[in-house]
Amino acid sequence: MSVADYDITIGLEIHVQLATKTKMFSPIETYFGADPNTLVGPVDLGLPGTLPVPNAQAIHYGIMLGLAFNCAIADRLVFHRKNYFYPDLPKGYQISQFDEPLCGPGNFGGVRIHRVHLEEDAAKLTHAGSSGRIHDSDASVVDFNRGGTSLAEIVTEPDIHSAEQASEWLRLLRTTVRQLGVSDVNMEEGSLRCDANISIAPKGSGVLGAKTELKNMNSFRFIERGIRAEVARQAAILDAGDTVEQETLHFDPRTEAITSMRSKEDAHDYRYFPEPDMVPVVVTSEMVDKAKAAMPELPHEREARFEALGVEPGAARQMSWQPELGDLFEEALAADPAHAKALAALITNELVARLEDGDLTQSKATPASLAQLVALTADGKVSTSGARTVLDTLVASGGDPAQIIEAEGLGAIGGGDELTPIIQAALDANPDVAEKLRGGDMKPIGVIIGAVMKETRGRADGKEVTKIARGLLGL
Amino acid sequence: MAQSESITAAIKTTATEQIAAIQAGALDARELFDAYRERAAADPNNAFTWVASETPAELPAASTPLAGLPVAIKDLFCTEGVPSQSGSKLLEGYLPPYTATAVQKLIDAGSTSHGKTNQDEFAMGSSNENSAFGAVLNPWDPSRVPGGSSGGSAAAVAAGQAPWALGTDTGGSIRQPAAFCGLVGLKPTYGSVSRFGMIAFASSLDQAGPITRSVADAALLLSHMEGKDPRDMTSIGLREPIEVPTRTDLTGLRIGVPEELSGEGIDPGVRASFEAALEQAKALGATISTIHLPNAPHALSAYYVLAPAEASSNLSRFDGVRYGNRLEAEDGSLIGMYTRTRTEGFGAEVKRRIMLGTYALSAGFYDAYYGRAQQVRTKIVEDFADAFSQVDLIATPTAPTTAYELGAKSSDPLSMYLGDFCTVPMSLAGIPAISIPSGLADGLPVGLQLAGPAFSENLILGAAHALEQAIGFDTAGAIR
Repeated sequence: MSVADYDITIGLEIHVQLATKTKMFSPIETYFGADPNTLVGPVDLGLPGTLPVPNAQAIHYGIMLGLAFNCAIADRLVFHRKNYFYPDLPKGYQISQFDEPLCGPGNFGGVRIHRVHLEEDAAKLTHAGSSGRIHDSDASVVDFNRGGTSLAEIVTEPDIHSAEQASEWLRLLRTTVRQLGVSDVNMEEGSLRCDANISIAPKGSGVLGAKTELKNMNSFRFIERGIRAEVARQAAILDAGDTVEQETLHFDPRTEAITSMRSKEDAHDYRYFPEPDMVPVVVTSEMVDKAKAAMPELPHEREARFEALGVEPGAARQMSWQPELGDLFEEALAADPAHAKALAALITNELVARLEDGDLTQSKATPASLAQLVALTADGKVSTSGARTVLDTLVASGGDPAQIIEAEGLGAIGGGDELTPIIQAALDANPDVAEKLRGGDMKPIGVIIGAVMKETRGRADGKEVTKIARGLLGL
Repeated sequence: MAQSESITAAIKTTATEQIAAIQAGALDARELFDAYRERAAADPNNAFTWVASETPAELPAASTPLAGLPVAIKDLFCTEGVPSQSGSKLLEGYLPPYTATAVQKLIDAGSTSHGKTNQDEFAMGSSNENSAFGAVLNPWDPSRVPGGSSGGSAAAVAAGQAPWALGTDTGGSIRQPAAFCGLVGLKPTYGSVSRFGMIAFASSLDQAGPITRSVADAALLLSHMEGKDPRDMTSIGLREPIEVPTRTDLTGLRIGVPEELSGEGIDPGVRASFEAALEQAKALGATISTIHLPNAPHALSAYYVLAPAEASSNLSRFDGVRYGNRLEAEDGSLIGMYTRTRTEGFGAEVKRRIMLGTYALSAGFYDAYYGRAQQVRTKIVEDFADAFSQVDLIATPTAPTTAYELGAKSSDPLSMYLGDFCTVPMSLAGIPAISIPSGLADGLPVGLQLAGPAFSENLILGAAHALEQAIGFDTAGAIR
C-alpha cells in the first residue's frame, strides 16, 4: 500500500508566546534578543520565598484568543502545577492549567478547538557538544530570559487530514493571532511553536491508529515536511505488518530523520495539583467585554467582506490571510472603488508574481497608481497585456500609469482602421491557420493574436483582434 | 554576661514596655540592642543561626513605632545579604538578594534584626531537632526541646536574647513552641501576613506571626507585619486595624471547648492547667460550654497528606542548579547531580515528607490521598463555621504535653506528629489562634490555645489579654 491508501488524522498543539510587557507570573519585562540572563528576577529563577502573581495582560490576551476561536470562556482561571525536574524549569514545576482551561471548546477555520490555556514558558537550554541533546553533551547552559514568559497553548481536535491542510490552517492561525496583536507569532524567534499528533489508518476503516507526537517544528516548511515524513514512516510500519508505537518524536529538518525522544513507558507522572500559591481569578463579564471591545476585524471576517465586494473567493482569502495585501487592496480601493474584482486580481495575480516571497516592500507602485491602472484597463485605454508592461515599470520605479502608457507608447490600439491591415497581414503570412479558421476551427487564433501583438508591441486587445479577424474571414 | 543591672532589668520587661521607656528617654535603644546582640551571640541554647556582628551605626529613631528595638527572625525568612537557610544544609550560606515583605515591614516600622533563629529544616518538625544546625535547647530546662518548628525564635525570646521574634506556623509551629517556652504565640488568619520571602513549606497553610512575652506585644508586632502584598496573591491583610488589647474581663463571651481536642491524649498536668484556666475565664464572666468538631480527629491525617504534598512540590526547586550546595555525581550526569545534592542536602524528616507528598500526588493515588484530604479539610472548615455559630471563641490545650526531653520522640515520627493534633485543625481552616501560658506543670510551661473565626484577631487578643492578666504568668521566668 502507499500513503494514499491511509486516512491521516492530525491534531495540533500550538504554543503562542504572548506579547505581554512582563512575564506570566513575575514583574520582569520581556522582549526578544536581549543578552542571556539579563531579563531575570528572583521569581524567574525560582529563588526561595518567591511567589507567582498572574499577569492581567496575559489573561486579557487569553480571552481574546478564545473569542477569536469561538471558544467558551471559563468563569474562572485556575492554575495547576506540573511537576518534573529539568534545568530549564527553575521551580521544579511549571505553572500551567489542567482540568479547567481558560477557553474551550471552540471552532476556527473548519477545525474544532479543544482548549486554550495559559502557562509559563521554560528557560532556554543550550547543550554544548556534538549531539545537541543533554545526555551526551559536554556542558549545558541555561538562559532564563525566556523562562516564565507568558504562553497560550492552543490544542485542536484531530480534525486535520493532510500536511498541506495543517500548514494552511496554521497560516490562518498565525495571521489571526497577529491581527489580534497578542503575539508576534514568529516561528524563527520561537513565539509560535507547533507539535503535531499524527495517526494513520487504512482508508475507510474508521479506526484511529496509534498516535505519535512530533515535537517543535519551527517553520511552516518543516511542519509540512515533518508531517509527511512521519506519515510515510507510519505507513511503512503498517505496510510491513507491524504496529506503530505511541511515542514522542523529534524531526530533524536537515536530514528529515525522525528519532524517538521518549516512549510511553518512561512517560512522566506530572503530579498535577492546584497551585496553592495563587487563588482562582474570577473571569468577570467586564473582562470578557473588554476583550470583545479590543477585537480587530479577523481574517475570516475580512474575507467575507472582500467577497461581498465581488472579489473572487481565492483572491479574497489570499488578501485576508496576507493582511499586507489586504491593506494595499483597501488603500487602492479608497482611491477608486469602481473595480474591486479586477483590482484584487491585479494584486493577487500580477503584483505578487513580480515580488520575491510576495514582499510588498520591493514594489514602488503606490496604491492609487494600481487603482488607476485597473481603471485605464477597464476603459480600454490600455490592453491587458499592455497593463502588464505598465505594472513592470510601476513596480520597478513607480510613477503614473497614464504617463507611462504615453511615454512608452503602450496606448491600446482601438478601432479597426489601424488594426485591420495588421491582422490582414498576419492572416496572409499564415495561410494554413487562415484556412483552419475559415473552416470554423478557432483554436489556432492564438497564432494570429500573437503575431498582431508582436507587431503592435502588445497594444492590441486580444478580443478585438479575434473580432476583426472573424470579419476579415467572413465568419 | 557583664551587663548592667538596669539593662538586665529592662530585658525582663516586655517589648511594649521597652518601647515606652525608649520613647520616654528612660532607656537607651543602642545599649539595649547591644545587650540583646551579646546575649544572642553567647547563645547557650543554640537558638541562633546568625547573629549581627555589630550594632548598626544608626538605629531607627526612638520616634518610630518600634523605636529601634531588635527582632529575632526565623531562619526561613529571606533577608537580603544575610544567611537564610531554612535550617537546611542544602541552603547553608545562602544569601538572598531581597528581603521578605513581613521583615521589610518591621524594618519600615523602625525595627532591626539582630539575629536569625534556628528552626526545624524547612519548618518540618515539632521539636526543633530536625535542624541541620543542631537541636535547640529549652531555656526552661536545657534537657528538653523548645518545640518546633519555630523553636529558635521561642527559645531566643524565652531566654531574653530577643524582645520578640518572628515565627511561622504551618500546623502549630508558632503556637506549640510558644507553649513549650512559656510565651505568647499568635498564628493570624491565613492571608493576613504576606508570605513573600518566606521559604515555603506548605503554601496553603504557612503563615507568619509573632512570638512574644505578652499579648500586647503580639498585637503590636502583628499590626506592623500584616497587610495585603501585591507580591503575594494569597495575601489579603486584616479587615480592621489591630487594637492594643486592654480587655480585663470576659463578660458575655461564649467559649466552646471541643471534646475532640480536649479529652483523650492530654497529659494530666496539662489538663489541670487547662481546666484551671477555664475556671478563670468563667470567673472573668465567660460562659464555657462543650462543643463538637466532629471531623477534627481526621485533621492530623489530612494535614500529613496535604502539607507533604505541597512540600514535595515546593522543595523541588532545591536541585543544585542555580543556588544552594550542588554536589556533583561521580558519573557527571544531571540525574546523579540532582540525586546527590538532594540526598545529602536534605535531612531525614524532609526526605520522609517529600516521599509522602510525592506518593499522595501520584497518578492513581491522587484521589485517595490528596483529593480525600481536601474533602476532609472542607469538612473541618464547616465544623468550625458551625461551632462559631454557637460560641465566640474555642479553647483547647495548645499541645497535649509540656516540653519533652531531647530525643524522646525523634525516632518515632508518628508520636511526634500526634503532638500537633490540637493546633492542626485551625491551620487547615485558616483561622487565627493564639497560645498563651496557662501556668506550669511540674515546673514546665503549659499553653492555652484560643481560636476564633477568620479575621477575629482583635477578639482573640482581647480575650487573651484578659486571661493573661488574670493568670499572671511570668514570661521572664527563664531569663537568666
